[in-house]
Amino acid sequence: MNITALNLVETRKLLSEKKASAEEVSAAYWQRIAALDPKIESYLFVAQDQASENLTGSLDGIPIAHKDVFCAASMPTTAASKILENYVPPFDATAVAKLKQAGSVILGKVNTDEFTMGASTETSAFKKTRNPWDLARVPGGSSGGSAAAVAADLCVFATATDTGGSIRQPSSFCGVTGLKPTYGRISRYGVISMASSLDTIGVITKSVADAAIALEILAGQDVRDATTSSAPVEKYSANLHTDLKGLKIGIPREYFVEGLDAGVEKVIRAAISQLKKLGAEIVEISLPHTEFAVPTYYVVASSEISANMARFDGIRYGPTIKNEDAANLVEMYFENRTRGFGDEVKRRIMLGTFALSAGYADKFYKKALQVRTLIKKDFDAAFAGVDLIAAPVAPTTAFKLGEKIDDPVQMYLADIFTAPASLAGVPAISVPAGFSVNLPVGLQLIAPQFAEAKLLAAAHAFQTATDFHLQKPKFI
Amino acid sequence: MQITKDLVVKIAKLARIRLTDSETEKFTTQLGAIVGFIEKLNSVDTAGVAETNQVNGMENVLREDEIENFPKMNELIACSQHPLENNQIKIKKSI
Repeated sequence: MNITALNLVETRKLLSEKKASAEEVSAAYWQRIAALDPKIESYLFVAQDQASENLTGSLDGIPIAHKDVFCAASMPTTAASKILENYVPPFDATAVAKLKQAGSVILGKVNTDEFTMGASTETSAFKKTRNPWDLARVPGGSSGGSAAAVAADLCVFATATDTGGSIRQPSSFCGVTGLKPTYGRISRYGVISMASSLDTIGVITKSVADAAIALEILAGQDVRDATTSSAPVEKYSANLHTDLKGLKIGIPREYFVEGLDAGVEKVIRAAISQLKKLGAEIVEISLPHTEFAVPTYYVVASSEISANMARFDGIRYGPTIKNEDAANLVEMYFENRTRGFGDEVKRRIMLGTFALSAGYADKFYKKALQVRTLIKKDFDAAFAGVDLIAAPVAPTTAFKLGEKIDDPVQMYLADIFTAPASLAGVPAISVPAGFSVNLPVGLQLIAPQFAEAKLLAAAHAFQTATDFHLQKPKFI
Repeated sequence: MQITKDLVVKIAKLARIRLTDSETEKFTTQLGAIVGFIEKLNSVDTAGVAETNQVNGMENVLREDEIENFPKMNELIACSQHPLENNQIKIKKSI
């Protein structure tokens, strides 16, 4: 019996039927990590022999991984950056605590682009994670470690974050399921911030049903995160459907433009036909401001980044030069930050600093916030006529390592279909929808704010009628 | 608009980041390209459009101002690699 090939629902059944013990399940995953992760490099830290403390929760003995921006007490949390090298937080993020309380076992921390800035996991200061479907290619980013670990069966599921596409795009590239809930659905307390009005906590899983279970545990208001919503947390896993009768799904014409790879488009069109076969009414819609989403995102995100990165100065955490080696305090800030941050982080801090500076703030930052309103209004208008939106996740399949790293604008355009939903704060999911030239392609479904129940139900229906999410990479 | 080397040097200083000459050149070119791309936003008519700062409509989230002591104070300041004195982190004089 291949324990690590099982998803969350199946693993829970295995444990509850006593066909394997919690120790055996964890041991199977640690063994597989030791054998395969040297090739994939998804883990930055492996937490050997961590026993589950609570054996009566809904995730009893389930081994999971956390993206390395989630603070887990007594484990290194580096955001894949030298500036937090060896930082060991003394507290758990709310998301980590909730999953621990439910009985999960933490296998370790998985790789990300540095401070989650990137679309390939290549900006990580420590490792370049590979795509399990083709080791010469990127897993996507920034949650590339999470997506690769799930795709290679190196954990049952992984936590992740999505600010402009960082859950959905790597999920599409790695052939796994990635859920970005509504902004404010899951607490960000204890998760290292990138862009505070956009950062959304989510999960990458082997199936939609698994994501629904994880969301039930993670969602909810948290007194420690003032941006969390009091909207009720529904029983998402109890209301998954097997058809889409009565559902109206909109296909945005602006997402099918030049730049969308022909092979990817073919898979998406076939997936849309599948949605129709399941009973959905398919209509064409327009999201007119789509082409402005990436530039808007990069101004808003970079501006917030420049503020959030200001706390990293080597004083309270992270490596630092000694007091006696600095001429004065400001020199210490310069030295620690220059040594500690990688190029992409520096680039975005500078872009944000520029966009917010006197003389430019109105032209860039204020303008972007206004365009953000128009992008959100596009979604509000669309959802007045349809229940869900279906679209591609990314314009291409996984590109090769090194292919885009020297061209920032090209890398930023990877977010072209994911940034809009981020700016509007609406929930979206990426589900495996097929392959193009043997590489996975994800289908994106988008719902109105706090309509995760509808979103998950539809995505689950798609998975009961297809088997793409059951395919595993061949090298394993 | 033109992103000049001088502007990049000024921005880096504001951000407390020191750049080498070759980094300044590289970032000037890259930031120039990025800003050029962002200027696409100028073609959008935003007359009378309100700004969105908060995307799910929440505002003024308040709580009672009650004092709580963080239970892991010592572990928290121990995260600093600077010397500690009287539960404080000792750093360079700033005044």
